[in-house]
Amino acid sequence: MDLKKLEEIPKSYLKEILGSLSKLEKLKKVPFFTGIHFKDAEKDLASKIENYKRVERDAIRVWNIVKLSRHEGRPQCIDYINGIFEDFVKLSGDRLSGEDKSIIAGLGRLNGKSVAVIGHHKGKNIKERIEHNFGMSIPQGYRTSQRVIRLADRFGLPIITFIDTPGAYPALEAEDNGQASAIANSILLMFKVKVPVIAILIGEGGSGGALALAVGNEVAMLENSTYSVISPEGCAAILWKNPSGIKLAARELKMTSRDLLRLRVIDRIIHEPIGGAQNAPKRMIKIVKKYITVSLERLINISGEDLKSKRALKFESMGFFTRE
Amino acid sequence: MEKVKCKNCNKDIENEIFILNLWVCPYCNHHHYINPGDRLQITADSGSFTELEKNINSVDFLNFYDLKSYSTRLKEAKLKTSLNEAIITGEAKIDGNDVALGIMDFRFMGGSMGSAVGEKIKLLCDHCIEKEIPLIIFCTSGGARMQEGIMSLMQMAKTVSGINRVKEKKNLFITVITNPTSGGISASFATIADIIIAEPGALFCFAGPRVVKQTIKKNLPPDFGTSERNLKNGQVDMITNRGDLRDTLAKLLRIFKG
Repeated sequence: MDLKKLEEIPKSYLKEILGSLSKLEKLKKVPFFTGIHFKDAEKDLASKIENYKRVERDAIRVWNIVKLSRHEGRPQCIDYINGIFEDFVKLSGDRLSGEDKSIIAGLGRLNGKSVAVIGHHKGKNIKERIEHNFGMSIPQGYRTSQRVIRLADRFGLPIITFIDTPGAYPALEAEDNGQASAIANSILLMFKVKVPVIAILIGEGGSGGALALAVGNEVAMLENSTYSVISPEGCAAILWKNPSGIKLAARELKMTSRDLLRLRVIDRIIHEPIGGAQNAPKRMIKIVKKYITVSLERLINISGEDLKSKRALKFESMGFFTRE
Repeated sequence: MEKVKCKNCNKDIENEIFILNLWVCPYCNHHHYINPGDRLQITADSGSFTELEKNINSVDFLNFYDLKSYSTRLKEAKLKTSLNEAIITGEAKIDGNDVALGIMDFRFMGGSMGSAVGEKIKLLCDHCIEKEIPLIIFCTSGGARMQEGIMSLMQMAKTVSGINRVKEKKNLFITVITNPTSGGISASFATIADIIIAEPGALFCFAGPRVVKQTIKKNLPPDFGTSERNLKNGQVDMITNRGDLRDTLAKLLRIFKG
């Protein structure tokens, strides 16, 4: 066996392959087995190696998308707000305990109609990123968003959300302030409203923190955005117990827009300019504006009750299981 | 006489006393793991439980493979727990009151929620609405089941939507938080109950202590995420000893009957 070939195998599986290899070599040396062909075993091993190489290539492809989804040059929530809506008025605070700079919420107008807009904001350079806590929200943020969602529902304004977060902020104060219940209540509220909800994943869609804004009648993903139950880093730490599993985890989690469309978790992919949104931010914003306009036209004539029940039905039908 | 060691105070407890004390340490009141079957026995009226949707099973639809395949992990969990999934659901009576009941098992892949758990909870919600009875779920879970990728995250939305229907139809929804309850379960149906009861010392949080410690790079207070801290922070209604749970539930069920 050519050991050079093994360089392309994911590190996590190298041990297994080397183990099988040495077992095979040992068996060949047992006098009892001389003259016996190990062709089948060798063939099996070779195909396993080929398979692992394919996995590694695919993992690298997915990892490149993960990197793109986190790219600093991608348009962010604030860019979409400035580029798409007129008369935007930002609303702050949860009226309970504070304000959260990782979430931007407010009201504006699109094509002459009023809408509510909520999104995660990460910030573009390190200074901004620290100010906005890297887009990781605290309960105050989710509760501010709930306040604006209630307001929109009362005045019949469609809600548009921009999702871009590594996940909810895992800190002591956030836990003490009811992070779990803030997220759960955001999800709950989004099942109650009788206005159109359009959720757009524009970068990273990290776990419950993303879902808190993503219960939409239509959920769309930018081509190179991601949406996942856990970050590849977190998943690798738990399941592979090793950072070398990060790329593999990214692949296994099926977090790309194409995977999610296939699983019918999202309704649409919004295509990006060639090479990614960071190459032509202005064009990207135009494309998203077009999508929102068309999507709103689709939803605006559906009655409030229907919007609500269809949203519930859509999410309640998600899942794969068997009845045996 | 067989003995067990308390995980908290390290004292030896005679097995018989341990069981009679409902798997609670008689010295330090540490509430140990209790399996769903025993939980049912100490909570519901004897012989009143009818299991629902027993035949719903998880499938490895993503062919998820980490160091083992998800199908292997499922087989192992089924063997270990003799359950089909991380939750059993059904209808039972508590002190004569009909309830829809869900009991999770942490031993089944960390009590994680995948499509099967989500579907069972959704169907339990349907059942509770159809029969117009209260819904009680005993929670314990590490969170969403990573091996089902995004679909496990969607189960959070799915279960919340089910509970939303339950609550809108004016059915009572109670959760009992048992050790540990975290992640996707905390951030979905567990925290939107009308009444949240916690067992003493149960870990009840969104992000686990390890993750939080990594983020803030400081030692955490010893009571991080515990029921007691959650009570202080206004996140749970009450802390109830395992031995008093049935009575507390019965009392609440009576009150809500009007």
